Amino acid sequence: MSGANIVASTLKSLSRALSRALINEQTARQPGVMQALDPRVRVAGTFLLVVAVVLLHQITVLLTLFVAGVVLALASAVTLRTLTLRVWLVVLAFTGVIALPALWLTPGEPLSTFPSITRQGLHTAMMLVLRVETAVTFTTVLVLTTPWAQVLKALRSLGLPKEVIMMLAMAYRYIFLLAETANQMFESRESRRIGALGGREQRRLVAQTAGVLMSKSLDLSQEVFLAMQSRGYRGDVVTLTEQRLTPRDYFGVLAFAGVAALAIWLGR
Amino acid sequence: MNALFECRDVHFAYDRVPALRGLSLQIAPGESLALVGANGSGKSTLLRLLDGLCFASQGSISFCGEALTETQLQSEDFALRFRRRVALVFQNPDVQLFNPTVFDEVAFGPAQLRLPRQEILQRVEQALKLMRIEHLRDRPPYRLSGGEKKRVALASVIVLDPEVILLDEPTSALDPRSQSQLIDLLQSWKSTSKSIITATHQLEILDELADRLVVLEGGTVAASGTTRDILGDFDLLLRANLVHAHRHAHGSVTHSHPHQHSIAGHEHEH
Repeated sequence: MSGANIVASTLKSLSRALSRALINEQTARQPGVMQALDPRVRVAGTFLLVVAVVLLHQITVLLTLFVAGVVLALASAVTLRTLTLRVWLVVLAFTGVIALPALWLTPGEPLSTFPSITRQGLHTAMMLVLRVETAVTFTTVLVLTTPWAQVLKALRSLGLPKEVIMMLAMAYRYIFLLAETANQMFESRESRRIGALGGREQRRLVAQTAGVLMSKSLDLSQEVFLAMQSRGYRGDVVTLTEQRLTPRDYFGVLAFAGVAALAIWLGR
Repeated sequence: MNALFECRDVHFAYDRVPALRGLSLQIAPGESLALVGANGSGKSTLLRLLDGLCFASQGSISFCGEALTETQLQSEDFALRFRRRVALVFQNPDVQLFNPTVFDEVAFGPAQLRLPRQEILQRVEQALKLMRIEHLRDRPPYRLSGGEKKRVALASVIVLDPEVILLDEPTSALDPRSQSQLIDLLQSWKSTSKSIITATHQLEILDELADRLVVLEGGTVAASGTTRDILGDFDLLLRANLVHAHRHAHGSVTHSHPHQHSIAGHEHEH
């Protein structure tokens, strides 16, 4: 792929990411089990379930948790189509490649001679794939049902330093602006280009675009800093304190913690 | 009575490119003043200096009799007092909107200025209502249209209820209806004791926005006077690149006039 094509496809990917972020917000606004809970409960609950997925060793328990994840997704307005296209197929492709060698490299009771697959190898590969599928399913349900701003607020109230939260928030905020700027720069060049460019010229174009974008992002960061200072920022971000949890949220915490603890105990 | 701002022989440069060259200016409390000038005349730079975001390399600026210096703004006490009283709306709303949601954006300033939580919540609601953006409260600022972003940027400053509002091209990126609404809002502020200092090159809004105009040219004050007097002096406006000579014919008569039909004495039918 040529340099200019790489830039074009990267920018298209960023545009797709922006559209996806928009769709995420639509899901987050729909009524559902996860949406009804305080974001802090969602984040903490998802964390507990992912820890359980990592710690348990019984495939049946893992499978049960996977099914629970799917039920939670459906009850939270996340469709099977979304999960299939955005989670299961992608995870299967990547984790499958990593898990594949375990089928024949793990010593144990042979299941077939050609290809040489062992029962233990099959178990290991299935555990790996299912573990990742389940963990990513829970995480995706969280991300799709909780706007990024609320995830950050929840992380903050769960103890992540506010400087880190501020950096994450601003990175998320400005990545789209820079992507848009880069896209406009690229389109502007394309609108003035006649005929195909040679490889060297394309590389020069990519390097120039990256340089200008870098310079623009430095200017932008300087301007943002001044805008923050103008409204009283003095190096320490002050945030409004969070709302209190409702009885439903406490029930949610207990439910998440209970399922996670039960899964770890049964799957030990 | 102390001047609100007093600039004396102010010089400022960006990487050796001079932006202000010996500018001197006094602004009285409660004054509605507009800084007008062509692009690069130093309007935005002056606003930043008045907001204590950058500092003169030569000369001095004072605010209510106190020197406005970097050292002074390092003092927590002075910085809090100053930031509560003076606020700037940037020309590009994207630099001003860095929070995850509109609500957080509007609440950012009062929170930094250590206002009580209840008061912040109350002020944010009022600002959102005033700018008619209550429905955007949970939206991320980067998903808004240009006009909506501008409204949020204004709300994030209005919420501070400052005595001095510095506005850098406030009507840019606004559609005509939003422009009128903003002008109405600024006019309502004019009737209070607030000082409004606007940098713009949109002459058509000045009648409604400012009582005094300061024309900047090449980083210094070229002229200062009432809005009526300055807008009536088209030679000055022409020299400052704020209007251009418009030459055309009506039948056999060819003549030229500034392309600014609101200038007194040059009303004209095409």
